[in-house]
Amino acid sequence: MLHIPCPYCGPRDETEFHYGAEAHIAYPENPQSLDDAQWAKFVFIKANPKGWLAERWVHSAGCRRWFNVWRNTITHEFGPSYKPFTQQPKSPV
Amino acid sequence: MTSMTRRRSKVLPEHPDFLWANNITPKKAYDVIIIGAGGHGLATAYYLAKNHGITNVAILEKSWLAGGNMGRNTTIIRSNYLWDESAGIYDHSLKLWENLEEEVGYEMYFSQRGVMTLAHSVSDVRSKQRNFYANYVNDVDSVWLTPTEIKEIAPIVNISEDIRYPVMGATYQARGGIAKHDWVAWGYAKAAADMGVDIIQGCEVTGFNIVDGKVQGVKTNMGDIAAGKVGMVAAGHSSVLANMAGFDVPLQSRPLQALVSELLEQVLDTVIMSGAVHVYVSQAHKGELVMGAGTDSYNSYAQRGGFHVIEHQLAAACELFPIFERAHMLRTWGGIVDISPDASPIIGLTPVENLFINSGWGTGGFKATPGSGWVMAATIANGEPDKLAAPYALDRFVSGHLIDEHGAAGVAH
Repeated sequence: MLHIPCPYCGPRDETEFHYGAEAHIAYPENPQSLDDAQWAKFVFIKANPKGWLAERWVHSAGCRRWFNVWRNTITHEFGPSYKPFTQQPKSPV
Repeated sequence: MTSMTRRRSKVLPEHPDFLWANNITPKKAYDVIIIGAGGHGLATAYYLAKNHGITNVAILEKSWLAGGNMGRNTTIIRSNYLWDESAGIYDHSLKLWENLEEEVGYEMYFSQRGVMTLAHSVSDVRSKQRNFYANYVNDVDSVWLTPTEIKEIAPIVNISEDIRYPVMGATYQARGGIAKHDWVAWGYAKAAADMGVDIIQGCEVTGFNIVDGKVQGVKTNMGDIAAGKVGMVAAGHSSVLANMAGFDVPLQSRPLQALVSELLEQVLDTVIMSGAVHVYVSQAHKGELVMGAGTDSYNSYAQRGGFHVIEHQLAAACELFPIFERAHMLRTWGGIVDISPDASPIIGLTPVENLFINSGWGTGGFKATPGSGWVMAATIANGEPDKLAAPYALDRFVSGHLIDEHGAAGVAH
């Protein structure tokens, strides 16, 4: 089980969280101007790297808040976690 | 000690011939390169040779043949999906299964012991019955079973009304069943190799040679290999390959765990699935119970998952099958599956000319091995989507013509 560092509560068991996949996907600024291909990219394309991924989790059974965290998809190692709308820390190497 | 060695050498059979040629040095160029020697890649190469006469083919495998999900899965075969497109490709696959051992001339322990999908609530019953009628319309065999009828087929199922998820009925596909996954891979590999296909293990694709939007070949740890056409059949690593070729695919790679028990007497001679309680189980020919569940929630390439997922599926299994409570589990494992937004595969052309993709089979690719290889081979040979594969094109995420088996199939696939 993952031990996920919630930036509000500290490290907790994975079963307290729900996953939100890739972080930092902004809602389109001009939704009316998007064509179908751009909508498809916004709705369906999420990063799926082999390595470090900045992703979202929500601490459903804890503080119930969303946050972002760096995690390595090969080792399951966590990098820094951070609150939404704050400066994104650099990707761990 | 010496006498023991001598005696053993008499008892042991001679080392069998290899089923396919090993340690092949790749040629400079091939008509077609298939990336990935899993079940679907092997089947693709086999049907390229068999159906289309294209034998100047190499299968490049970064690890060893059938060393990923094909080497470790729960081997369930069925075709009772909801949508017409799914009935088309999965039932074509099941029909191929029915003659496969004879066709390739290799034992695969294909056993049509039936697949039962349980319903545990009123809404579950409604959606399963809808599925059952959809199968009827699509000429896919399916029957509806009451709890008593379930008990007749599988006496070990707990049909008490007093459990957390009572069994209220089931769909049953008698033509469904299981096969021995590694033998399936070996059968396809041997038959493809016999027709001239090169199977090159330990050959990792590290990039593509693309000129003017047209693929010319691949870069590998064994040097550049030219190819007229390239097919990517890389399951959990499809995103990585697509990114190397310069385009995105709507896939997320997740761990899918399964487990087996010690060898037990035969207690279950069918396959039982339950989406609501997240478990599916069959008993392999040797006697071990083989169980699986849903995916872990997060992206991963680690081939392992959380133990709480295993605990959850075992809790469900023990309530449904009280006789399992004393069974010992021997092994668990995780494979990396490529999940698409609609839980249906992505097969066909890519933005790069002569580069084809077959991916997104998610948690249920094994059953589709023959059908997937068949349509992929036709797509590569003709340079346009096969009729059964056409609905699964990458551009359905732009057009919106999704084939939503997520909603239809529940969790278990």
